[in-house]
Amino acid sequence: MPARPAAFWPLLALVVAFLAFPQPRASGQARELNLYNGRHYDTDEAIYEEFTRRTGVRVNLVQGDADQLIERIRAEGSNSPADVLVTVDAGRLYRAQQLGLCHRVDSPVLNARIPAHLRDPQGYWFGFTKRFRVIAYSRARVDRASLSTYEDLASVRWRGKVLVRSSSHVYNQSLVGALIAWHGEAFVARWARGMVANFARPPQGGDTDQLRALAAGEGDVALVNHYYYLRLLNSSNSADRVVAQRVGLFFPNQGPEDRGVHVNLSGACVVATSRNRQAAVAFLEFLSSDFAQEVFSKGNFEFPAVRGIRNPMAAIAPANLREDTLNAATYAANGGRALHLMVAAGWR
Amino acid sequence: MTRVRRRTWHGLLPAAGLSVAGALSLPVLTVAASVFFPSEAAWAEFVRLVLPRYVRNTVWLLLGVAVGTLGVGVGAAWLVTAYRFPGRRLCQALLLLPLAVPAYLVAYTYADLLQYSGPIQSALRGWLGWTRGYPFPEIRSLGGAVFVLSFVLYPYVYLLTRAALLEQSPVVWEVSRTLGHGPWSTFFRVALPVARPGIAAGLSLVAMEVLADFGTVKYFELDTFATGIYLVWFSFGSVLGAAKLAVWLMGFVLAVVAAERLSRGRKRYHRPAGPVREARPQQLTGPRAALALVACLVPPALGFGIPGGYLGWMAWVGGDPLWGRAFLRLAGNTFVLAATAAGAAVLLSALLAYGLRLAPTPVMRLAARVVSLGYAVPGVVVAVGVLVPLGWLDNTVDAYFRRWWGVPTGLVLTGTTFTLVYAYLVRFLAAALSTVEAGLSRIGPTLEGAARTLGHGPGSVLLRVHAPLMRGSIFTAALLVFVDALKELPATLVLRPLNFDTLAVRLYLLASDERLMQASTSGLCILAVGLVPVLWLDRAVHRSRAEAPAGLASADPSGPDRIDRGSGIRLA
Amino acid sequence: MVAHARETERTPEAWVRLVGVSKRFGTVQALSGLTLSVQSGEILVLLGPSGCGKTTALRIVAGLEHPDEGWVELAGQVVAGPRWVPPEARGVGMVFQEPSLFPHLTVLQNVAFGLRGMSRAEQLRRAHEVLDRVGAAELAGRFPHELSGGEQQRVALARALAPRPSVVLLDEPLSSLDPELRRRMREELRRLLKVEGSTAIVVTHDQEEAFALADRIGVLSRGRLWQVGPPEEIYHAPACRFVADFVGEADFLPGRVRDHVARTELGDFPCNGLPEGALVEVMLRPADLAVEPDVDGPAVVVGRRFRGPETLYEVRLASGRVVRCRVAGEAALRPGARVRVRATTARVVVFPAEAGEAG
Repeated sequence: MPARPAAFWPLLALVVAFLAFPQPRASGQARELNLYNGRHYDTDEAIYEEFTRRTGVRVNLVQGDADQLIERIRAEGSNSPADVLVTVDAGRLYRAQQLGLCHRVDSPVLNARIPAHLRDPQGYWFGFTKRFRVIAYSRARVDRASLSTYEDLASVRWRGKVLVRSSSHVYNQSLVGALIAWHGEAFVARWARGMVANFARPPQGGDTDQLRALAAGEGDVALVNHYYYLRLLNSSNSADRVVAQRVGLFFPNQGPEDRGVHVNLSGACVVATSRNRQAAVAFLEFLSSDFAQEVFSKGNFEFPAVRGIRNPMAAIAPANLREDTLNAATYAANGGRALHLMVAAGWR
Repeated sequence: MTRVRRRTWHGLLPAAGLSVAGALSLPVLTVAASVFFPSEAAWAEFVRLVLPRYVRNTVWLLLGVAVGTLGVGVGAAWLVTAYRFPGRRLCQALLLLPLAVPAYLVAYTYADLLQYSGPIQSALRGWLGWTRGYPFPEIRSLGGAVFVLSFVLYPYVYLLTRAALLEQSPVVWEVSRTLGHGPWSTFFRVALPVARPGIAAGLSLVAMEVLADFGTVKYFELDTFATGIYLVWFSFGSVLGAAKLAVWLMGFVLAVVAAERLSRGRKRYHRPAGPVREARPQQLTGPRAALALVACLVPPALGFGIPGGYLGWMAWVGGDPLWGRAFLRLAGNTFVLAATAAGAAVLLSALLAYGLRLAPTPVMRLAARVVSLGYAVPGVVVAVGVLVPLGWLDNTVDAYFRRWWGVPTGLVLTGTTFTLVYAYLVRFLAAALSTVEAGLSRIGPTLEGAARTLGHGPGSVLLRVHAPLMRGSIFTAALLVFVDALKELPATLVLRPLNFDTLAVRLYLLASDERLMQASTSGLCILAVGLVPVLWLDRAVHRSRAEAPAGLASADPSGPDRIDRGSGIRLA
Repeated sequence: MVAHARETERTPEAWVRLVGVSKRFGTVQALSGLTLSVQSGEILVLLGPSGCGKTTALRIVAGLEHPDEGWVELAGQVVAGPRWVPPEARGVGMVFQEPSLFPHLTVLQNVAFGLRGMSRAEQLRRAHEVLDRVGAAELAGRFPHELSGGEQQRVALARALAPRPSVVLLDEPLSSLDPELRRRMREELRRLLKVEGSTAIVVTHDQEEAFALADRIGVLSRGRLWQVGPPEEIYHAPACRFVADFVGEADFLPGRVRDHVARTELGDFPCNGLPEGALVEVMLRPADLAVEPDVDGPAVVVGRRFRGPETLYEVRLASGRVVRCRVAGEAALRPGARVRVRATTARVVVFPAEAGEAG
């Protein structure tokens, strides 16, 4: 047998080693629950651990972009190991439902604890935290009294002063979807053109970037989700805290006759092909428990969906906050039209 | 008996190569098949509304990065190959470093550094008392993307141009000098045109990386084909529309590659037969040497030093709270995955390249080109292209077993590391294949003939003659795939098994949540893991250069004036 | 600037001059104190074994190497040494041993590559003219990889000649060709260089090639020039034993000087200026010896080599020393035959016995 070149065997060994590499298999065992998770907060780990402690069901995770997790569930078909899909917005849950990926749940616990506007009317998915899309403003340059509504941001007085992220982001699509539901497309098309005219700069970056730009003086008002502000305010980094101190949060549309601030949600659904539906429903119910709700609000400064949960951050909101009770399914369904109108108006 | 065996080998190798090509083309073909299905109305709307802008941006981005990487990569390769100056050896290594950095990471850091609220503009405002409206280049722009991608991707051009220059017979340069052409004229009229296949190979890798890039352009809000695919898919909800866009993109690549091949016409760029003496680099001194040194230090500083340094600072100030044992696991996962992909890529591309050499049929050639297309396809598209056929296969097998044996098999392939490595191969095989093919083409057919007449079959020749001679190319191919797999994000995100994270995934999870400070730790770790193979790569290139001419000289003892040439080698 | 000298500028004095040129590569002394001049229009061949430094000398003239010591003059101007003129400004044409055509250019473009400072039409005219002259006119549109080895070298020569260089440097120009082609190209190369009126330095290790090409030959060994002169002089009157040996077959017969002649086994030979009683070696070329069959002869045929028109016998003399003799015609003697050997010429070269360390 002639000697083989040295490179050959190590390579072969590597490939063989890979084949023998312990495959973290997705199993259909009742003692495990597979989470396709669009939320990426380390603090959520506490919830999974507590769930395992209480029920003995181990939670397996694959975190990623919800859109892509949905595609994965579709491709995996009837044998998909996914039991629960978690997202950070209603839009993706709506999409999953439209694609037939959600299993309808009729849980007395969930129906009682989760307010109606934060869950799908037919029980396909449920929201567990509230995320307010609010107006952030520069304390130095903006008089709080001049702020009022989302609609007002398109008026000429904010010309060249509005900061916002791109229209491709679902947070904006949901907000504008809600505006469509309240005012109709013609109004929104006009409003979007007004917004574009008011941009301080072409939309770019994330919500945190808008806050930093506010603090640096690149614009006067910005549309952001509330927890990004709280995250900066509570940061261990002093520079972040300085940014937060220069910025104020305003909850719009609080007038006595008005509909209230736009609420987005982070939620979950039981995957239609799940073989662990019982455990999956139990998991969703656990997400609405006081324990999980408190972790959500502490970990990521989100507002608990369940009423009556102690929330250390509640102080940033007006005492009797008006929330837009438009069902999340409605504005999520309008997301596509919303994007179209924004893009047509030049909101990139 | 040996005759029979040899014959089966002969048929077997190309057949094996073809089946490899077939298996790896599957995802690309799956995507391509979308053109036969009518797509949703939203797609048509998208085409009408924004496609022209997307195409325009993509073309400008491609051109910009091509010019940028060409200037930086070729210029640097020429400087460190043709001249000698203090720090030259160091520069040769440093110039490769940006290979270890994912483009999206560089985009994150530069955006953070250079935006209005970033430290640089803030400091300028502080010192100069500027207020809004002063002129400052916008990093989140086409120009910014060209800047970032050029300084991240130029090493591909640098690496392949340098190899091509080292391979050139310096005699050709000398002829040019004696014919009245100075160093610059020789560079532009001889060295550059002769190195053209190498430069073209590097540029095509760059072009495909640019087309496949999503992270950078998304972060810079630049609308290109890749972001268009995301938009159509996830915002308009049209998978078929997205696939069709991807097909356009592949057509784009094919057209560019075909145009380059066509423009070569009848020209050939074989290395001259016989021993090749190594060029003795020209010594630079004084200000010229300093200039050369600075010119060679700027690209790695911009593509590696500044982003790496900023990440380091962020990791120091903020950093990932998970830092510790969890990171060891992440780094381990990342390493094993990338190494496996690299090993498999080398084996398969050797099989494919050798099959192509034994049986260069049109089918084989087409298969090799289709396999290479994966490099230009955004990772997410590859991921779906992988998921769809594998999911179908799994479910079909499962249904079959249920029906006939009453036993469900579940998903055997989907959601395992196998799928992930498969996706990496689809995505990155082009890098390995082109390197291995180039290495193989340098081995003259006479060598193969000699081995065959000495009683070795093609398989034996591959292992005993080609593999040792191609050690350098195989090594380079493996390292390129390793580094690429290390940085890969979108496909990893979609395809990885449960409870299985890599450094890039961790980086994404934090960055997508706008926690750049915390994400910096993972970014820094990717750099660190990628640094080792990149430095290794530099050593391999350097060594191959020192060894090859000496080996050739000793292979030809009849060559006259051996000391005259030998001495040149010893000196350099 | 020497560039592209015209006929009118040529003077009979030294056109190329190397003075005391030394070059060292690491531990190898490639050239030591080489002094050499080439007349205008002359073909000088540098002949020597592998590694003797001849290629280095050529590259120093071309400007591809810097000499460590000494200087080089081209057409009366110093180009290396105290002052440095880069290769592109020297107006030399070089043909390398390796096929060195630009692979990305056609034959015509290759030849036109060195033609600068003239109109496009003029370039093409000149390129075609030179190609025609080297007999490669029909190759103009081809690419290098479409040519045979001989054709490539022809084109390389045309390319070097096209800019009318002040000196043409040829480094083993024919060594990559097969023997038959090499013989034919030799004659042609000399004719071409003469037609173009070029001054040329050719490097080779093949003495036949040197004789065929050269006006004068310089023999190099170990970085030193041992002799310069016309081919006949080099062959018949080598300056040292190394040169004698290197430029053709030779046997060296020991002897001693007595009464102003060198006395050897094969008779007495005149020798000038050697002291009485000195040990000497007499160089005898195979053609200088005749061999006759003689059953009582003191010598024995020990080998023979048939060479077509002639036969070379190896004959062992009475002293046991073997010499070679060339005889025209058929081989009549068989090994073992007893013979008598005699010198047919008195025009031999006598070296002191200690000489001839060069090789």
